[in-house]
Parts: sequence; structure tokens; C-alpha cells
Amino acid sequence: MIFLPSHFTAVLLFALFASIVFGITQRETPRRMIRYGIYCFVLFVGSVIALSWLMYFIAR
Amino acid sequence: MATEENKNAAAGRGSQQGFIYLPLIAGWLVPGAGHFLLGKWGRGALLGASILAMFALGLAMQGTLYAGAHDVLDILGLAGDLGNGLLYILSRMLGLGTVQAQTTTADYGTRFIVVAGLLNVIAAVDAHNLRTGRKS
Repeated sequence: MIFLPSHFTAVLLFALFASIVFGITQRETPRRMIRYGIYCFVLFVGSVIALSWLMYFIAR
Repeated sequence: MATEENKNAAAGRGSQQGFIYLPLIAGWLVPGAGHFLLGKWGRGALLGASILAMFALGLAMQGTLYAGAHDVLDILGLAGDLGNGLLYILSRMLGLGTVQAQTTTADYGTRFIVVAGLLNVIAAVDAHNLRTGRKS
């Protein structure tokens, strides 16, 4: 089976799985795990979008 | 009061019995197994599913498994891949991940596999911390 996602889909998948593992392993209570997982996901995706726009303007 | 303290002390001793590194080794070999051994079913299932999905997606994206170490970057990649434990060994035995990356997506796949291994090491260490009582 071959899976050829777009770059952004790859980013979303990477951020999702990494955030789940970070959330579970870096916090102790379920509530804090979920909050930290969401925080990591937003940071992953947010930083990608911010850096993408930065590179877009640098390239112009 | 004293009875309760005795109970807690006995429970603490009980949790320290057996091979202390078993969850660490099991968690490394099979993603999530370290948490399963400790009765943390939900955490183990989520960790196992995430790491397995990341590894499988990496292979599906035509990512490459590092087979040898010719320079420093290869050594780091191989170390990351080895973090996948049995997944890496089985994939090598089945001849998966041997296509050299020729597209950007395939290069992402290679990174997915390496990161899955690194995340698995984090999960295995977390299981060890739960076993030793450093984390609850």
C-alpha cells in the first residue's frame, strides 16, 4: 500500500501522533495529558504555518 | 494510622518486586506493552496505536529503513529506527523499507519511521518511570 499525502497532511499526522505521545508521557493526570497534548498539537501546526508564511515572504 | 502506613509500605514493596526493567524492555520491543504490563490499558493502547500508525504510515509513504551506518547521520537514523524494537526487526526481515527515497513524501516517510522509534523510546521510559514509582 502506498500513501502519498500532501505536505500539510503529513504535518497534521506527525503533529497528531507526536502530541498524543507527548501528552501521555509528560503529564500525570488524564486532564493535564489532554491539555498538554492539545497544546503540543497547536504549537506543532501553528509553528509550521507561521514558518511557511515567513518563507513565502522571504522567497518573494 | 499505623496500620495504614504498614499497608502503604507493603504496597510499595510489592510494586518493587520482580524484574524492574521488564516494562522498559517490553515497551521498547512492542509499543505500548510496557504500559499494558502495568495495567495502564488506555495509555498503552493510545501509545501503541500512535507509534504503530506512525511507523506504518512511514513505510506506506515509501520511507527507508536505515540498514547500516556509513556516516554520523546514518548512525543517528539507525539509532532512531532501532527504537521501534520488533517492528524494525520484523520489517527488515520482511524486506520492507528498502526503496531509496526519491520523492519528498518518501523522505517524510523515513523521518516518520525514525520519529516513531524515538517516541517509542520515550513511551518505554515512561513505563519504566511508572514501574519505579517516579510517575503515577
